[in-house]
Amino acid sequence: MAKGKVKFDIETCKGCELCIEACPQGSLQLSPKINAQGYHYAVLIQDNCTGCTNCALVCPDAVITVYRETKKKEKVPVARITNVTENITVTIADERE
Amino acid sequence: MTVGDIRLMKGNEALAEAAIRAGCQAYFGYPITPQSEILEYLTDEGRKRGMIVLQAESEVASINMVYGAGGVGARAMTSSSGPGFSLMQEGISYIAAAEVPCILVNVSRGGPGLGTIQPSQGDYFQAVKGGGHGDYNLVVLAPSSVQEMADFVFDAFDLADKYRTPVLILADGALGQMMEKVEYHDYIPADHIPPKPWATTGKPKDRAPNVITSLHMQAEQMEEANLKLQEKFRTIATHEVRYELVEAEDAEYLIVAFGLAARIAHRAVELARAEGRKVGLLRPITLWPYPSDVLRALAARLRGVLVVEMNAGQMVEDVRLAVEGRAPVHFTGRMGGVIPSPDEVVTALNRMAANSVKHPVEAN
Amino acid sequence: MAQEPVQEPTAGELEAMECVYERPDTLTDARFHYCPGCGHSVVHRVLMEVLDELQIAENTIGVAPVGCSVFAYHYMNIDMQEAAHGRASAVATAIKRLLPDRYVFSYQGDGDLAAIGTAETIHTCNRGENILMLFINNGIYGMTGGQMAPTSLLGMKTSTSPEGRTVETAGFPLKIADMIALLPGVAYVTRQSVHTPNAVRQLKKAITKSFQYQKERKGTCFVEVVSNCPSGWKMTAVQSNKWLVDNMFSLYPPGDLRAPK
Repeated sequence: MAKGKVKFDIETCKGCELCIEACPQGSLQLSPKINAQGYHYAVLIQDNCTGCTNCALVCPDAVITVYRETKKKEKVPVARITNVTENITVTIADERE
Repeated sequence: MTVGDIRLMKGNEALAEAAIRAGCQAYFGYPITPQSEILEYLTDEGRKRGMIVLQAESEVASINMVYGAGGVGARAMTSSSGPGFSLMQEGISYIAAAEVPCILVNVSRGGPGLGTIQPSQGDYFQAVKGGGHGDYNLVVLAPSSVQEMADFVFDAFDLADKYRTPVLILADGALGQMMEKVEYHDYIPADHIPPKPWATTGKPKDRAPNVITSLHMQAEQMEEANLKLQEKFRTIATHEVRYELVEAEDAEYLIVAFGLAARIAHRAVELARAEGRKVGLLRPITLWPYPSDVLRALAARLRGVLVVEMNAGQMVEDVRLAVEGRAPVHFTGRMGGVIPSPDEVVTALNRMAANSVKHPVEAN
Repeated sequence: MAQEPVQEPTAGELEAMECVYERPDTLTDARFHYCPGCGHSVVHRVLMEVLDELQIAENTIGVAPVGCSVFAYHYMNIDMQEAAHGRASAVATAIKRLLPDRYVFSYQGDGDLAAIGTAETIHTCNRGENILMLFINNGIYGMTGGQMAPTSLLGMKTSTSPEGRTVETAGFPLKIADMIALLPGVAYVTRQSVHTPNAVRQLKKAITKSFQYQKERKGTCFVEVVSNCPSGWKMTAVQSNKWLVDNMFSLYPPGDLRAPK
């Protein structure tokens, strides 16, 4: 899953393309469709958003809301070693999803 | 009546002292003769007693500072003379349109142009016929003594706050410079200042933003805003007309004059009466709203109306409008700072009485 | 373009995510009337973000100018006053003098601040009024249809310099921020822009600092934003930002011109 997600208020977008210019992944483009104001609005075309907020920062009309995966994660041990004095048991941790 | 605080003061200073006592919180002005004493007195005394006083970079800046101050709900004031007042007209139009209360003082001097520093009444049109662009009126008070220079400040602030509108005190250089006795009475500003929920003081969560503006792009909204203003001006015109009548009950002739000219005319009435002439005086105190009703009522039984002004003939037009042809209207005036004498006025009165032609208008 | 847009994230997907950018609260819901890509919109947005983050919106009073941003008060959910052309800093002076504990800013374009309002601008700064003056410099008069501004570049074609601005007719572009930076009462003069994400971040810092300096009564904070005017310059928004970098920055380079020690 991509680290970031974006939502566009497509009715407010004026198709100025500044977000397209600003996206480091080049993952934004204008839709061939138009909104009620007659503007082609910006849409995400590749699911590789990093949540960097560059697009939202340059957006004149505050069209974009940006989400990013929560940074705080539990520390997951790769392996657990038990019974050190007798038979050493090594349990490999499950794959994280 | 308790004896108030009595002083011998110059008109400008009496006015400034009154402003302090009326609870004026901010004064912004620029020096110009013959009224710089207002700025100076307030810079000294006003600041000592808690006023914010700032000499601005121009009259343009001054009037816009008054707009800002009035907009936050403060009692605010500026003063100037003719040329400076011309500069303020845009700001005054904005203030009237945005319904910002404040008081303005014009200590008029001879004009047009750079003119002279001598007194005149040449700014009447500018004061009562707009001055700035668009449909609005200023309430205009015309003092004719140092006492009134003081008294009208209290009235002006009260009227400004009552109606959320700018009020102009139209004086002249002589009134500003002359010294007379002035008596101050008790006045507690807090008893007179209404709540101002419309003021821009910082928007708390529980109300919508307050915006002081005069911009209405849609024609219908602009008209609506204008209708509201006009309604206000009609209310003011109904309730706030002020004038003084002297010996008018049996008068056959009436002199109409305001401000300094009214004092001269008053003396002329005394002289003429001593000669047997039945003449009275109408002294408008509010130049806007004009005391047209009382003048119209009087005109029916008058044989002539003489308007005395220190200009080329400005208020005479409003007199003619009010009289509506019921009596001949004559004019006598001096310009350039020359102050007419009571004798000159009596001469003009006698000439009018002798003159049988209807509606002549002559300058002296 | 043939690619299908990526589906909008579902509520479930967003549960595990934090919102790292959203429209500031203090920006009203009114749709901006500004042209697509106009710097005004970005500056309004950033200004409101700062008011939200500093939590000072309730204690802030703004002064809007004549110009494209004459309706600024439609977009900012704070108390505001509309000033006559050029006079915003005089109005702001009075507000601040009467309410010294409020945050006061004026917001002006190049005609308002550097043509008709030059006297007020200089004297407000000379007095060191504790306000933030936001100056949007796009070298053209947008609202009235694209006339030349005092800050228009030499050779710039506008409706009142159709062959390009010449020194003979119009003199040199006015570098007002440089003049202001000479005044001792001024605490902070900086030139910023909003043409890239990083520039926007820098502007936000500059505005935040300005309100902090205002609280500390350090003097006037003058933040110039060198901005685009796609309509006036007759370019797309993207093109205008390139033109801005290639042309406006040579005369109006970003950076601090004066800062408190």
